[in-house]
Amino acid sequence: MKGFLVLRIVAKMLIPYILVFALYVQFHGDYSPGGGFQAGVIAAAAIMLYGLIFGLPSARRLVPDAVVETMVGLGVLIYAGVGLVGLALGGNYLDYFVLARDPVAGQLRGIFWVEIGVAITVSGVMLKIFYMFAGRRRRDDTR
Amino acid sequence: MILAHLPALEVVVPLIAAPLTLVLRRASIAWALTTAACAISFVVALLLAVEVARGGPISYAIGSWAPPWGIEYRVDALSSFMLVLVSGIATVVAPYALRSVATELRGGQGTLLYTMFCLCVAGLLGMSITGDAFNLFVFMEIASLSSYVLIALGRDRRALLASFQYLILGTIGATFFVIGVGLLFLKTGTLNLADMADRLHGESTDRAVRAALAFIVVGMSLKLALFPLHLWLPNAYTYAPSTVTALLAATATKVSVYVLMRFYFDVFGLHLLTRVLPMQDILMGLSILAIVTASLVAVWQTDLKRLFAYSSVAQIGYITLGIALGTREGLTAAIVHLFNHGITKGALFLLLGLVAYYTGRTPISSVRGLARSMPLTTFGITLAGLSLVGVPGTAGFVSKWTLVLAAFEADQWWLGGIVVATSLIAVAYVWRFVEAAYLSAPAVPSPVPRDRPLSMVVPAWILVGACIWFGFDTSYTVDAARRAATLLLEAAQ
Repeated sequence: MKGFLVLRIVAKMLIPYILVFALYVQFHGDYSPGGGFQAGVIAAAAIMLYGLIFGLPSARRLVPDAVVETMVGLGVLIYAGVGLVGLALGGNYLDYFVLARDPVAGQLRGIFWVEIGVAITVSGVMLKIFYMFAGRRRRDDTR
Repeated sequence: MILAHLPALEVVVPLIAAPLTLVLRRASIAWALTTAACAISFVVALLLAVEVARGGPISYAIGSWAPPWGIEYRVDALSSFMLVLVSGIATVVAPYALRSVATELRGGQGTLLYTMFCLCVAGLLGMSITGDAFNLFVFMEIASLSSYVLIALGRDRRALLASFQYLILGTIGATFFVIGVGLLFLKTGTLNLADMADRLHGESTDRAVRAALAFIVVGMSLKLALFPLHLWLPNAYTYAPSTVTALLAATATKVSVYVLMRFYFDVFGLHLLTRVLPMQDILMGLSILAIVTASLVAVWQTDLKRLFAYSSVAQIGYITLGIALGTREGLTAAIVHLFNHGITKGALFLLLGLVAYYTGRTPISSVRGLARSMPLTTFGITLAGLSLVGVPGTAGFVSKWTLVLAAFEADQWWLGGIVVATSLIAVAYVWRFVEAAYLSAPAVPSPVPRDRPLSMVVPAWILVGACIWFGFDTSYTVDAARRAATLLLEAAQ
């Protein structure tokens, strides 16, 4: 795709906006459709677009496999960690009421971190799937 | 403080260990974490069992949302029994994995196996502990999806196909289950199992409930590999890595049987099962078919792992036969056999993994003259095989004895006859191993005994020892099973 000037320019222009939109969907998820899952997919889509236009190797340089795999685990750890914080503060597992002095604020705080965990894991999984499919070579099939 | 949160920790510890193993990326660290997580779960399960035996069922509200609105973890006699079985088997299998996985898996995939191992254990424990129908479905998917990956990690390329078959059939099973749960939710407006049972009893005969029963029974029968729906099982067990086969054979189908029992007796109740629909008769017919057919098929197998996989299908038939009797003794027999068959099959597949450690695969020809090169392993397989047959002094005898007594008590003398007759078929397939291992000359004579490595021999022998121990000491198994059966039948009335 190196020769397609228009594609490259448009992609470069779009990718920052896609990433910002992902953040919007993430943090405005309380009030409008969206949340961690959608934001994670959108953020991963930005990297995928980069990979489609500039080639898989450049995408892998930008977000290496090790980072992607760590993201897959890290998000789940954040989610489970929020549950453990609830335990440590004297509530039950995944108890958000105890996370702030005001129970409702506690719920908001709990879901905020949980959604961040979701976004990280979903992003990681999407990218991993993309890398694995895009990284397949035909000789793998005929071997 | 910690004691009050045991029900959550039971599931959360392996669930957190899973992403940690992925993040830390080193197979040895992943193995240590997995072993530690399983051991902690086992200790927690034992503490819970003691607590339940002393003070009755424990209820735990996840997120402090009170049941029936929130998700409730509910530990009673039956679920704590399952927790002990699952976490106990996982604790024995995890140390075994270190060497077995290192030889059987290509580089870099070892870590992945431990991640999936933890997830699978967390899923199975979650299925056993939760009191919420939809949460149960989620845990079932966690356990199933991780077991598809675990099976696909087998070094034979046919493992991929086996895993895919299981994926398709398992997904159909899970879908049927969730359709059934959806119908029940439509009918009762609740997802909490106890609440659902309260609302259903008395007027539980309309079409939606009958459809829900049909969907859930067929779905779970797929998962637990009841006879005509067992086709995924032999390939999955044969081509999965040895560690995985041992874990899944000893726990996965058992937990599905547990879920079936929960819905059967707790939610639907005996009235629906016996008066309205002939569920019990159908289940009994299929169980007998499972026992006879799968035992006969096992006799003709040429691969040992496949032979014992078919034997698993037959043994599941004995468990469902106990459920089909629907009496207290029948249920006791079913629950005891869940446990006893779990440890017996666990022992067998761990020992077969030891054979595979040297030979790569496990056709019967590979064990010719094995008694000379691996005397301990051969003797262990023989003992576990005797437990499979049901020879007195082994765990298998206890469960078959309970089952035969239950059949007599229900005035079904012929069922007792079938149990005894089919045990003779089991003698035939176990004999095929004994004949090859003890009475044939080895193809390639091995000069030194090689019952090594110890990290694999010891866990396998712990389970073999358990087969013998629970053959003599029935105070834990039979008593706990009887308490659980009583509980189920009280709920079912």
